Parts: sequence; C-alpha cells; structure tokens
Amino acid sequence: MITLKGVPAAPGVAMGKSLLYDVEEPILQRRTITEDQVPTEVLRLEEALILTRHQIVGIQKRLLEDLGAEHAEIFNAHLLVLEDQSLREEIINGLKTQRLNVEVIFNDVLRRHLKVFARTEDEYLRERTADIEDVRKRVLRNLLGKQPTLIGHLNQPMIIISHDLSPSETAQMLRSAVLAFVTDIGGRTSHTAIMAKSLEIPAVVGSVEATKRIRKGEFVIVDGTRGEVIVDPDPPTIKRYQLEQRRNQDLSRQLQNLKDLKAETLDRHPVVLSANIELPEEVPSVLAHGAMGVGLFRTEFLYLNRHDMPNEDEQFQAYKTVAEQVKPQPVIIRTMDLGGDKFLSPLHMASEMNPFMGWRAIRFSLARPDIFRTQLRAILRASVHGNLKMMYPMISGLEELHRATEILNEVRQELSREGVPFAEQMEVGAMIEVPSAAMICDLIAKEVDFMSIGTNDLIQYSLAVDRVNEKIAYLYEPTHPAILRLVKRIIDAGHDAKIWVGMCGEMAGEPPLTLLLLGMGLDEFSTSPVQLPLVKRVIRSVEYSFAKSVCERAMQLKTGKEVETFLLASLKQVAPDLVEAA
Amino acid sequence: MPQVQRTISVFHRQGLHARPAAVFVQVAKRFASHVKVKKGRKIVDGKSIMGLLTLAANRGARVVILTDGEDAEQALEQLSAVVTQPLPESGG
Repeated sequence: MITLKGVPAAPGVAMGKSLLYDVEEPILQRRTITEDQVPTEVLRLEEALILTRHQIVGIQKRLLEDLGAEHAEIFNAHLLVLEDQSLREEIINGLKTQRLNVEVIFNDVLRRHLKVFARTEDEYLRERTADIEDVRKRVLRNLLGKQPTLIGHLNQPMIIISHDLSPSETAQMLRSAVLAFVTDIGGRTSHTAIMAKSLEIPAVVGSVEATKRIRKGEFVIVDGTRGEVIVDPDPPTIKRYQLEQRRNQDLSRQLQNLKDLKAETLDRHPVVLSANIELPEEVPSVLAHGAMGVGLFRTEFLYLNRHDMPNEDEQFQAYKTVAEQVKPQPVIIRTMDLGGDKFLSPLHMASEMNPFMGWRAIRFSLARPDIFRTQLRAILRASVHGNLKMMYPMISGLEELHRATEILNEVRQELSREGVPFAEQMEVGAMIEVPSAAMICDLIAKEVDFMSIGTNDLIQYSLAVDRVNEKIAYLYEPTHPAILRLVKRIIDAGHDAKIWVGMCGEMAGEPPLTLLLLGMGLDEFSTSPVQLPLVKRVIRSVEYSFAKSVCERAMQLKTGKEVETFLLASLKQVAPDLVEAA
Repeated sequence: MPQVQRTISVFHRQGLHARPAAVFVQVAKRFASHVKVKKGRKIVDGKSIMGLLTLAANRGARVVILTDGEDAEQALEQLSAVVTQPLPESGG
C-alpha cells in the first residue's frame, strides 16, 4: 500500500480499478508516398478533420446543456485550430515536399507549433498548448481509425489516471462511468478541477507521479476531499473508506431531506448556516447543499496564476455575479488574504522564512493601498447587487482596523463624488484569527458590525503549531482548553457589544464541536458545503439548553483529549449514527 | 482595392491568445479582405488561430493590423475593436 499526495480538486471518496488513460503515444508508421497519392492523403486529412470537428461540436453541445456556455466556450479554440487554413496549407505543403503519409506530416507540423508555444514565458499561451495537444491527439486517433477511448463508454466504472486531462476529456466523463480521476499535473483552479467539481466527480490533481506509480488495473482509493490517492490499500484501509463512503451516501440522502429545513434547535433557537467558497463557480453547488448564504468568499483566486493585477471591473463582475446568485441571502467577502501559503504572482512577493507570520492579508493590503482601494471600490460597487458584507483578515490590533476604515471611508467618498451607487450600510467585520485580536476582541467588537472567527489560523497561532508540519500535527487540537476559552471570549464580547459572531474555519464544520459552539452561543457557522448537512443535523437534534450544558461542562475540563472524549459522548446521545461514522 | 492598417495595443489581460484570439479569428473570417497581423518583424495571417498564437502578443503589446480587400475599412474597424475593447459576455 502506498499513499500519493496531490491537490484536492473535487471532494468525495471513490474506489475501484484504475485505467491509465492515454499515457502512451499512438505509434505512427512512416510510409513514403508517390506524387499521385498526395490527393488521397489530403482527403484522409480532410475526413479526419471533419470527424474531429463533429466530435468536438458534440461535446460542446452536451456541455452547453449540462454546464452552461462558459464551459462550452473553451472548445472554440479547438474548432478554430481544426479550421485553420494556414495550418492546412502547411500540412499539404509537407505532403508534397516530403512525400510521407499524412499522419507523420500532421504530427510533425503540430509538434513544431507546440514546441514554440511551450517555450514561451507566457502562462496563458502555454495553457493553450493543452488545447492544441488535445486536437493533435484527436485528429491522430481519427486518422489511424482508432476508436477514441470515450471515457463516457467504459464497460465498467473505473478510476481514470492520466498525466493531464484536457477540459474536453473531463467533459466527456459521465458520473456513471468514471468513479474518480487523478492527474499528475494541474492545480485547484484549473479548468479541469472546476469541471470536476461541477460534475461532482471526486478528483485529485497535481499528484506528480500518479501515472508512474499506479499500474493499469490496480485497485486504488481516491480521496478527493483530502487530496490523497491510496494505491493497493490494505483491508483495514478499504474498510475505513467504505464506511466513509457509506456515510457520504447517507449524508447526501439526508441532505435532500434537510435542504429546505431551517437550521434551528428543537426549541427553535436559530443559527445561520453558510458556506465557504473559493470560486464564483461554486455557488450553484453551495445553494444546492442548502446554505443560507456565503460566510466566507475568498478572493485570492482573482490574484493567483497571472501576470498582472485584476482590475476593478473584473473584480466587480466576480463579486456581483456571486451577490446576485445568492441574494437575498448574504455573501461575506474577505478582502485579500495573500501571502502565507498563497503566493501572489504579479508582485513576486519575496519568499519568507515564516510566511504565516509575515507580510500578508491586511498587513499587505495596508502596505499597498493602491491594490486595496481597487478591491474596496469593486466590493462597494457590487454591494447594490445583493446582500454583501465584507471582512478584513488577520487583524491583530486596533490601528490596523482604524487604517482600513479610513481607507474604506475615503473610497466611499470617492464613489459618492463620482455618483456611483453603493450600499451605505454594508456590514463590515473583522476576522478574529490572531491571539492578540482575540484578547482585545471587546475593543474590536465596539468598532465593527460583526466578527468572524478564523479557527485554522487561531489554533495554529495560539498553540504554536505549524499546520503543515506532520511531526507535530498531533498538537493541533481544536478542543484544547485554550482554544475553547478564546472562542468563548470572542462570542461573549460580540454579544456584549450587541453584534453577531460567526466562525468560518474548519472547526465550524465538525459535528462533535457543533454542540459546543452552539452552546457557546455562536450565531453563524460557515463551513465547506459537504459539511453543512451534518452540522444542520446536529443542530436540529438538540434543545438549546442541552447544548448550553454541554458547553458549561466542556469548559471545566482540563485537556483537549478530555474535551474531545466528552464531546463525542455527548454527540452520541443525540446523533449516534454520526459518531459511529466519525 | 483599399488597403488599410492601424497600430494598436492589446487590451486583454490574457493577451491576444485564448478567447480574444478566437474571437479575432472568428471576426476576421466574416470579411472577404485579407487580414494580416504584425508584431515586430513577425507577420501572420489574421484568419489563422495558430498564426495569431505564434505572435505571442501579450497585454500591452503593440500590433499592426493590416486589411486588404473590398471591405478592408470595415474589417479594420471591427478587428481593432476586438483587440482594444472588452469582449462581449460569454455566449455573445
């Protein structure tokens, strides 16, 4: 058994036999031709091009129906390559001068172009090579008269292992035929990853050596939630994942039932359950999971993987799209949280020894007011298109908050002068994720409309545990009494100041902790969409007073382990099935 | 036969590749005129996507569009717009 790590691209677990997709190049026979054979070869080319065109138009049509115009448009470039007159002339010339069969000539010509594109520094252009590569393979297959491996028509559902998958290949996947897929390259925001999410096929991308380490037909488990691929798993591992799969299935059934029900306790104490998103494309799935809004809209995607900065209009469009789809429910935009593990490409930020404590988030925004203002303008402009709120990440003291408010007010005045409409009462909050902010949250609470607890960082900073370091992972304890006290303190301070308090870290999505947080009086839980029904389920199973008593008791315990055991036991009382699965 | 040309800068953040290149070729094909695009010393067929891509015209790059034929003026007008203005929303 080996475990390969990758980037979690689309959540879910799947297990099955692997299919190594298109790893090998088709073998081309080299044949010389006579002058009179040239027209025949040209004809073969024309036929292959037409056939390829049909195939691509077919995919496009399906995509248009299933996923919308935006995804279908990716293939316009493919079609243009197929129609390209100068490319055709180049191939025909090659046939005449070199007198070789058309497969070889076609392949040579395309390879030559691909080489030029691959050499360029330009990332966008390099991405285009994936489209042309896709066209090359398709036309070659058609020239060779090979049935394209239509992933949609496998005999039995399989797990696709590939070096890379083009959007067109991903698009062909049917949920019934493809259990999951794994690729060597690619990132979380690649088209392929986004499409996998829309199709709800578990996927791990960027797994570097997947095609080398996995053999054809080998049994693998793909964990798209954690970004792991387990090759040839032992029986206990299989068992564990089968349980998880079953839990996921039950969950999605429950989800259907729970979707339209309120998130409230048996005695009608309501909370807000919302979702964290990274990309505007995730909104439909969030709504389908029954979220009451977006509790954390990360804006980093706008800045990553590009050479220049996103302009105001581009940002405005992104915020507006999300606000419009989610309204009347709220969307909380977090201003940029770059730095740390997220690299800002246009500015080539220097690498730091300790990036999580370095130049990032609000610190970066305040140091670069030009970039910050653009984002604030875009958010304010979008605020009239839905129910937008905004929050600052990584506030560590009041000065930062004051400076940010100052800039925000300047931007507001600027917009007023220009006659640009914006929602004047848009709520502005602070994320509480730095221990210093947690200690002075009573002061912060007086100056904001809400506070949102970012637990991932709060835990890492408070316990001095690097999340990324596996050796000390055991110290990363959300149930540590110090964390409990901090969280309680923040919620109480918020309520004393008559503002609401939310949580947008992973802690908000863990059922054993739900009871505790509910008992502490947390007003909003924001978590990844898949966790939503679980949390809702817990909330709907208890009386508010029960949650309060659980909280009181937990606050008196002395170690994280004790708290954890106690919370699991408490959860077992109200929702035993959730504990067995956990 | 009218023959016209214009020097412009690429507006799109993706440069003249990806969608902007595709739109450029689609628009160029609507006209009878020959369309050439020049960047530096390199000159390519404006109706060829592969040609345009080899130009590697990034954002802000100066390119010359040359049109030649009956509808040269009109073609130049519309193609310049593709390069210098935001593209219509998806589907358009």
